[in-house]
Amino acid sequence: MGLLARLLAQRIALGLVLLFAASILIFVGTSLMPGDVAQEILGQSATPEALANLRAELGLNEPPLTRYISWLTGVLHGDFGTALTNNMDIATSIGKRLSNTLFLAGCAAIIAVPLAVLLGLIAVRFRDRWPDRLISTITLASISLPEFLIGYLVIYFVAVKLRWFPSMAMVYDGMTLAQKLNAVALPVLVLVLVVLAHMMRMTRAAILNVMQSAYIETAELKGLKRFTIIWRHAFPNAVAPVVNVVMLNLAYLVVGVVVVEVVFVYPGMGQYMVDHVSKRDVPVVQACGMVFAFVYISLNMIADIVAILANPRLRHPK
Amino acid sequence: MTQLLKIRDLKIGATVYPPGEPTRWMEIVKGVSLDLEKGKVVGLIGESGAGKSTIGLSALAYGRGGVEITGGSVDVNGRDILKIRPGALRKLRGAEVTYVAQSAAAAFNPARKLMDQVIETSLEHGRLSKSEAEARAVELFRTLGLPDPETFGKRYPHQVSGGQLQRAMTAMALCPGPDLVIFDEPTTALDVTTQIDVLAAIKTAIRETGVAAIYITHDLAVVAQVSDHIMVLRHGETVEYGETDQIINAPREEYTRALVSVRQIEHVEKGPGTEPVLKVEHITARYRGLPRDVLHDINVEVYPGQTLAVVGESGSGKSTLARVITGLLPPSEGSVTFDGRTLSSAMEGRTREDLRQVQMIYQMADTAMNPRQTVGTIIGRPLEFYFGLRGAEKKRRVKDLLEKIEMGDGFLDRYPAELSGGQKQRVCIARALAAEPQLILCDEVTSALDPLVADGILKLLLDLQKTENVAYMFITHDLATVRAIADSIAVMYQGQVVRYGPKTQVLSPPFDDYTDLLLSSVPEMELGWLEQVLNTRKMQSAGN
Repeated sequence: MGLLARLLAQRIALGLVLLFAASILIFVGTSLMPGDVAQEILGQSATPEALANLRAELGLNEPPLTRYISWLTGVLHGDFGTALTNNMDIATSIGKRLSNTLFLAGCAAIIAVPLAVLLGLIAVRFRDRWPDRLISTITLASISLPEFLIGYLVIYFVAVKLRWFPSMAMVYDGMTLAQKLNAVALPVLVLVLVVLAHMMRMTRAAILNVMQSAYIETAELKGLKRFTIIWRHAFPNAVAPVVNVVMLNLAYLVVGVVVVEVVFVYPGMGQYMVDHVSKRDVPVVQACGMVFAFVYISLNMIADIVAILANPRLRHPK
Repeated sequence: MTQLLKIRDLKIGATVYPPGEPTRWMEIVKGVSLDLEKGKVVGLIGESGAGKSTIGLSALAYGRGGVEITGGSVDVNGRDILKIRPGALRKLRGAEVTYVAQSAAAAFNPARKLMDQVIETSLEHGRLSKSEAEARAVELFRTLGLPDPETFGKRYPHQVSGGQLQRAMTAMALCPGPDLVIFDEPTTALDVTTQIDVLAAIKTAIRETGVAAIYITHDLAVVAQVSDHIMVLRHGETVEYGETDQIINAPREEYTRALVSVRQIEHVEKGPGTEPVLKVEHITARYRGLPRDVLHDINVEVYPGQTLAVVGESGSGKSTLARVITGLLPPSEGSVTFDGRTLSSAMEGRTREDLRQVQMIYQMADTAMNPRQTVGTIIGRPLEFYFGLRGAEKKRRVKDLLEKIEMGDGFLDRYPAELSGGQKQRVCIARALAAEPQLILCDEVTSALDPLVADGILKLLLDLQKTENVAYMFITHDLATVRAIADSIAVMYQGQVVRYGPKTQVLSPPFDDYTDLLLSSVPEMELGWLEQVLNTRKMQSAGN
């Protein structure tokens, strides 16, 4: 097995181990939540017999290890169980919510990632001159403001004053793509503003770091144009750190958008999870936790794999 | 002949930020003038800090780091390039004037194929079409003696050797058909046996393309082989400028004479003593995780108060041998005997007394000292550790040691960053001596120093050997150093000792093939030496 294949296999194995560890954390964490699920479902007036019956039915009397194993087996088969509050199949509900979240995150990513890289390149090209400062200031300002504030500002100006896009991002089955895009325009705008700065600044820093290399001097002494040097000689060697931060932000777009979802009343994963945390619906919270962990770990794994593949020494061994 | 380059009264400086002192303006080049005709080669020579590279880069109107050109003019093909627009300057760089850096390994973009980088300027400046440029690159690869010239360009920089990269960089500089190439120490980082090939390749390429060149180096013997004229620089000023023949054979200035006669320390070898202080027997060693042995069956001895020089190219196992002797790398077979006792193979198993007896001095004095400690603390540490000295007694001993390395006690409270390269290495020598060892392992201790400074260090080491009766194992790739200091020599090649004995015997014929190659590759301060060696080699290989 080549070195490259071995490194990739190692990285993927590590991802699986992490996922397993995350499942333990999620299970233990949710078990520690205060309160009794049976009590929560039946209410204060429930008789002790009814409580005992429900506990037995839910398997709450089993030892934790047995419950964990049966839960994990279910998860591995794609069965997250049923929600305690409404008896619906969790996998089906999550599927719908997840696809909404991924749609929102995808729209934001398609705009934010190329834009961030481009702005980063421009900032390097005009380093310490006004375009660089302008880009840095605007992106910094947008990252410094809390998301909900940006959200309400955007609603006030774009939706209420200008009436360009709806303030409520309701999507449902049967909408056309154009309708959906129209609906999510504002949350996408907010998300782009939130993740742009981080990626742009990392791109700038990574490229500037590479710009110190001797081969950049070589390129300069070759009489190449400044942007050619950045694009052709610096950027390919800065891919690894850039991809890393891009993936972190993509993960954030999926995992951390709950505030934006609430502001725009968007039916995504974040809202779904928060709703059920407040209702102490443990199986749903566990399922959401697992999905988030999976997204987070796989995106970071992809970042590492791209970084490994971007290294010419590994891609083209001697 | 037509004038290609005319530099007049060039003044270059930079703002420097010395640690703990106010920033100040430092002049690097103080009014240097230089003329170069088409097709000629001028050598710039001097110690580090003489301003050689800075002058070379001025022919591209480029200042490295914070360097600024403050005065004078640089005319290339009749126009002052210090005054032209950025766009015009870009057209000059990489087309009319090109550059070959010292470390080609760092100067190539690791993410792009060699061919793309070699032909890049030819395309970018519209000099050649892609197929023309590629054909020319292949032609240059052939001229420069690169293996498989047709496919060489398909490789990435990390896939070829250092010597090949240096040649590829030369091809990159020559590909657009420039009028002038700046060679900035192109062979300094190479092994001596590689250097001679690269030097010959560069010379051939210069001759065949008829390009003019500025050849920058600190090694007079190297520059004598390729240049028509030589300019000797010191502290940013011209010391002497003349034809190569005159500079080598009839130098006018004192400083030039010192450069020419450098490394001619006379050292008569001492006969072997009766009982060796260090006996290395049947040492075989490998690094963990590597499939091959780095050392095979090494047997050498060092006698008290004498010097064993271990000579070989990078990767031959010289430094690994030192690691085995110090116990840093336990060998898989063999033993190290010191003063009649067999030492534990790993450092952990050795007594403090064992450790005291064997000290080390390293190539990079910079990284071998804690930058946050004063010279007094650095030298005092072994006194404390091995002899328990404290207070006034320790201070007296430190002053004593500073005396021995010819530095006054004014240095006691100085930090390493405030010392010159030679002074740093002296402090490292004092630190080694402080332990009063019987044996010091010197790992390329003069390689990073300018020739004259290196000479000073070697003289100091020889003097100390006389007064302290300390033995050295002197690891080096430089045969001139070996001649200057050794009593016995071990020549290493691919992890084996291929030749071992008293100095005169090792350096006298008949030679084995490798020692012959090594000895004949050392540049000599003699015009036409390069051609002579290559001709001899050609005849030998024809004879075989």
